Amino acid sequence: MSLELKGITKSFGSLLANDSIDLSVGDGEILAILGENGAGKSTLMNIVYGLLQPDAGEIRVNGQLVSINEPSDALAAGIGMVHQHFMLIPVFTVLENIVLGHEATSKLGKLDLTSARAKLLALAKDFGFVIDPDALVESLPVGVQQRVEILKALMYDAKVLILDEPTAVLTPQETDELLEVIRRLRTQGTSIIFISHKLREVKAIANRISVIRRGKVVGSAEPSASQEELASLMVGRPVNLAPDKTPHTIGEVILHVKDLTISDATGRALVKDVSFDVRGGEVLAIAGVQGNGQSELAQSIINLEPHVVGSMTLEGRELVGMSVHQSLHEGIAFIPESRELDGLISSFSIADNLILDTHREKPYAKGITLSPREVFAEAEVKAKEFDIRAQSIKDPASSLSGGNKQKVVLARELSRPVKLLVASQPTRGLDVGSIEFVHERILAERDAGRAVLLFSTELDEVLALADRIAVMYAGKILAIVDSGVTREKLGLLMAGVVE
Amino acid sequence: MKKFLDRVLGTALLPALSFVMAFVISGFVIAFSDSKVLKLASSPGKFITTALSTVGNAYLALFQGSVYDPNLAHGHGFLQGLYPLSETVVTATPLILTGLAVALAFQSGLFNIGAQGQFIFGAVAASYVGFHFTFTPVLHVALALIAGVLSAAIWGGIVGILKARTGAHEVIVTIMMNYIAGFFILWILKTTTFLRHGRIDPIAPEVNPSAQLPHLAGNNFRLHAGILIALAAAYFVWWLLNRTTIGFRFRAVGANAAAAKTAGISVGYVTIATMALCGALAGLGGAVHVLGSEYALTADIAGNFGFDAITVALLGRAKPLGTVFAALLFGALRTGGRTMQSNTTTPLDIVLVIQALIVLFIAAPTLVRYIFRIKNLKTQEALASKGWNG
Repeated sequence: MSLELKGITKSFGSLLANDSIDLSVGDGEILAILGENGAGKSTLMNIVYGLLQPDAGEIRVNGQLVSINEPSDALAAGIGMVHQHFMLIPVFTVLENIVLGHEATSKLGKLDLTSARAKLLALAKDFGFVIDPDALVESLPVGVQQRVEILKALMYDAKVLILDEPTAVLTPQETDELLEVIRRLRTQGTSIIFISHKLREVKAIANRISVIRRGKVVGSAEPSASQEELASLMVGRPVNLAPDKTPHTIGEVILHVKDLTISDATGRALVKDVSFDVRGGEVLAIAGVQGNGQSELAQSIINLEPHVVGSMTLEGRELVGMSVHQSLHEGIAFIPESRELDGLISSFSIADNLILDTHREKPYAKGITLSPREVFAEAEVKAKEFDIRAQSIKDPASSLSGGNKQKVVLARELSRPVKLLVASQPTRGLDVGSIEFVHERILAERDAGRAVLLFSTELDEVLALADRIAVMYAGKILAIVDSGVTREKLGLLMAGVVE
Repeated sequence: MKKFLDRVLGTALLPALSFVMAFVISGFVIAFSDSKVLKLASSPGKFITTALSTVGNAYLALFQGSVYDPNLAHGHGFLQGLYPLSETVVTATPLILTGLAVALAFQSGLFNIGAQGQFIFGAVAASYVGFHFTFTPVLHVALALIAGVLSAAIWGGIVGILKARTGAHEVIVTIMMNYIAGFFILWILKTTTFLRHGRIDPIAPEVNPSAQLPHLAGNNFRLHAGILIALAAAYFVWWLLNRTTIGFRFRAVGANAAAAKTAGISVGYVTIATMALCGALAGLGGAVHVLGSEYALTADIAGNFGFDAITVALLGRAKPLGTVFAALLFGALRTGGRTMQSNTTTPLDIVLVIQALIVLFIAAPTLVRYIFRIKNLKTQEALASKGWNG
């Protein structure tokens, strides 16, 4: 089945999210749509799936004009979608999730799952999936949950499958398996639209690549194009994908973590007996698939976690038991995992966000009164130094783009005397330009002799920045390896496999 | 200056439109609940004119009872005609203070339902210091006020400590503590210390003249210095929130507790400090009410000041200046409502309908936006619900 989009235009207020976009995917073809966050990929796909209505443009299926007003129209037209965030009910079984919205009932209104079960098993067999229809979704690994989503689309005869950032939550191994599944779907005649900003995957899977920038299709490329070519097409200027890393001079141990165990409120251990050192002038990356205890470990370093046992010393001074304020002022800069939730107060001005940590100190405070003039003056200086692009530093932080938000966090955290930089997923959701900036700042801290502890789920980021890599799995550090490690070995470790 | 006006207009527009809507709808309620009007339902012309005159009379009485009454001015001069306005201010004074107690909590992300109990503690302590001791006038007033403020600050602070240390939700805790305070005042009015000599009904002795707040406009008016204290408190709250490091922390925790915590701000400290300060404000309200207009403590001293405070703070968008205006409005409705009830066939309860409708429209800005076709109406939808998430 072929799907054709012509002149799709959609604006939100003054923002033109889609500007007369033309795209087509043919029978049994994999079209990759590459674009940065905010380029308009999701808007486009939500239009195709009927979640949004376009201002102009048409959608054709097999040459026939179709009107898609809601997802059920899309499904009827043979278009299925797997969202980035799964639309599954965790406490339902696989089968119950799959029939959701299409429940067959017996005469008396009793749920009848027999035919659905047979169809599901047949379908899974066709595609070589091993799946237990009666397993609770919450008990399944993320990769399998995603397969449930795909099966759900196929159950209702999707001939065009849209996959929105499908690898964001997967381990490298799961990603490889997913790519394999996608290839198999193609050979069976399903057309695929694969949305991603990850160059490697796009190159590996696509038949054709279309690049979207600021709501427009800016070009198309063959999978044989180099990553640099694709990146510059996506960003609109030459891009340096591998930050320049100078050989480092290792200093003394700055952070020493010994037998650290972190539990949740019910006493379940989330991080178990973790020990490691970070030295001045090196980047230690903690790699791992999301949800293996990294978030808690990162938070515990500035004492945001309440239930911590063990020891953590910064240049010999015990950190465990300090308040957050004390920990930060011991010389830790902390880039939290979620800048929207933990990094910034979006309703506060940029200037106020820059003094969240130091508002009690001179020159911002005189006694208990704040002096706005000093706050603004300092903010101007920092905005310049960290290239924060805003109309005014008095604007609320919510008016900033993701990259500029992260620059505000960086500017605040690196303005205190720093011995250790803890950066948790520092480039998540950022555009390529901002990623470059953040990477440069992180390496600059390392080159200035500070210790850097980087938490990242992005393999590329880990390999580009780290001097040593610790892999976390199920709350434990499985191994600490050199940065020369192969992607394959790292991928296996992230999946919990130690040879 | 223009920017400032824009801002004030921007924030005042929704309350103002809600106010208008509430009066329009209440007009219908007045008309359709009036037996005289309903009898004329068969003749549309008379029906409409009678309905209009009934509503007009009711609102005229409301105005005359709360702002200016020409009948009172007749033969006594213009100023005497403003007597209703002075009564409005007297009623609004404690309401400003309890309203601030709720508004300040909102700013820190807390929902203080406990202004009623805090008010009671302030009133009891101020009354005790007022009737039990004798000092020189200014000192006596000051000591009585301080006693009210401190005891209510402790009462409110307990809520903060419970929340910060155990995670108990402030809404539940303050509601429960209102009950305790309510029964506490019933009990204490039966003790020999508080029971007025020669009386068996629950009423405490009048506070000594040295502890009474001075009148501002002579003895013909009840207007007392409490309004100055209330306005000073409103300015203090504004200054605290916008010009101090403490207020910065309050607002940071209120706007995003997770980010505040990550930046090293102690959320527990803010919670305790906020609740203690809110208690202090409501307690000051109780003290001012006793020392300025009631003089004698009764079981019903708190009236509805603590609960109306929530509405007042919402109407004032949790801003100090807004709270002052909202409290004055409520004071006017209350005072004018009494005149309306005695001079027309419209009952005092219609005032409750107006108040409820104002809040309803404020809580549903989309509705107001739709009715008036305003696109960029500034709203604070989160305000009413934010405290609950804490």
